[in-house]
Amino acid sequence: MPSASHTRNPFTHVETPAVGVAVEHLTKNFGSLKVLKDVSFTVEPGEIFVLMGPSGSGKSVLLKHIVGLEYPTAGRVMVDGHDAASELTREHVRMALVFQSGALFNSLSVYDNLALYPREHRLADEAGIRDKVMHALRILSLEGAARKFPADLSGGMKKRVAIARALVMEPQLMLYDEPTSELDPVMSATISEIIASLREEYHVTTIVVSHDRDLALNIADRVGILMDGKLIFLGPPSELREPKDPVVADFLAPKIDLQHPRFKKLET
Amino acid sequence: MKQITAILEGFGSTLLLLLRALSFSGTLVRQRARFFEQCYLIGYTTLPIVAILSFFIGSVLALQAGYSMQNFGTQQYIGSLVGLSMARELGPVMVAILVAGRVGSAIAAELASMKVYQEVDALETMNIPPARMLVLPRLAAALVMVPVLALIGDLVGWFGGALVSKYTSIISIEPEAYFSVLRRYTHFKDVINGLLKAEVFGFIVVLVCCNIGLNTRGGPREIGASVTRAVVTSLILILVVDYFLTQVLM
Repeated sequence: MPSASHTRNPFTHVETPAVGVAVEHLTKNFGSLKVLKDVSFTVEPGEIFVLMGPSGSGKSVLLKHIVGLEYPTAGRVMVDGHDAASELTREHVRMALVFQSGALFNSLSVYDNLALYPREHRLADEAGIRDKVMHALRILSLEGAARKFPADLSGGMKKRVAIARALVMEPQLMLYDEPTSELDPVMSATISEIIASLREEYHVTTIVVSHDRDLALNIADRVGILMDGKLIFLGPPSELREPKDPVVADFLAPKIDLQHPRFKKLET
Repeated sequence: MKQITAILEGFGSTLLLLLRALSFSGTLVRQRARFFEQCYLIGYTTLPIVAILSFFIGSVLALQAGYSMQNFGTQQYIGSLVGLSMARELGPVMVAILVAGRVGSAIAAELASMKVYQEVDALETMNIPPARMLVLPRLAAALVMVPVLALIGDLVGWFGGALVSKYTSIISIEPEAYFSVLRRYTHFKDVINGLLKAEVFGFIVVLVCCNIGLNTRGGPREIGASVTRAVVTSLILILVVDYFLTQVLM
């Protein structure tokens, strides 16, 4: 196990300081639509932070701010002390985002998808890249899929390939956007276990955006819940087992009730 | 007002994309595999249709000119008309229109689909600038291949004109006479001017299509809309730029 404050490189086993994330008064508007409203929280180095919330609450937009794919209307996101809105942050901190769809390059084989990052950044010669790629595929039990193309993979395999591709980047910060969506319960549990084991093994700071209550309760160190762009809960998952806030309780265990205002809203 | 803003935005983002792509020019040697792949797609796969189209343009030009010129007894000058028209105008413009329709639409569709399915976002998070990997090799390949296509188009068009001139009864000019007149009145400078035009048109088409593809937002339906916008914008720009280039190169 790496020391608590350090991330261990999965390939070289060299330890580097783990990175933290600070979201400070983040506000994001798309035209007149207010997606994020003054959201603030921190993610400690080496922590697994799960951000939950209903569809359209702004979770994925927030994740995009952390990797610098979106720019704040107000406030800022700091990654290891660097402003995430600056392109230079990606030079200082190795961040990997596992997209909800996987976002694999359809024209490349699984092997080439994984080899793209080290090739483009000239991290090793072709033999070194091959070792790295095959090692990442082994970690995710995907050795047999190296020559396949994304179109030939199942949903679960695509997610695992996306995680393997992220791993090849030797990240200090791993971000997952809905890693268990569209997966059956067994594959969801497998993906949750992979996320937890990568943190255990390499102490990578991890932020997961998910609807999945079980994933949050089982692997998170802390959980945040976004509702209509506002952070309405921030705390350890144990507090979610018996939530005091009725809105949080309703989100975590919604009861089917045709008289509920939620349904009436849909009707109109 | 909205449309003017959109046009200015499009112009600005295209210029920025160009500058960004050019800033990575030093990586082109390292990206030679991608460059050759794009040369193959832009050049080799477009060649058959360029040849067919140019052959018939040259043929129709000779036929129409022959029909008019026989009234004046000047059929022997058909070679100069076909030679100059193909070299200075029809060759480069037709090739550029073909490249816009065939290659430009494919580029816009591919990049728009990569954008919609978050592959472009994935590249950015991997700190691989799309301008370097997706745009630069295409621009460089267009610079090399579109003039080559235009030159082949000129030659095939001239050949088509020669065939029609020989085998059409109202014209009946031997190829030796046809090419002799063509050589006398079509100068090297005319051909070079045409190739220069083709170079500029090809560059504009690829740049515009890359920019529109990479700025696609929304779902799969937007891919089709981007392709249409890319081709229409390219065609308009080809004709507008053609006018000004022709004035400059006169």
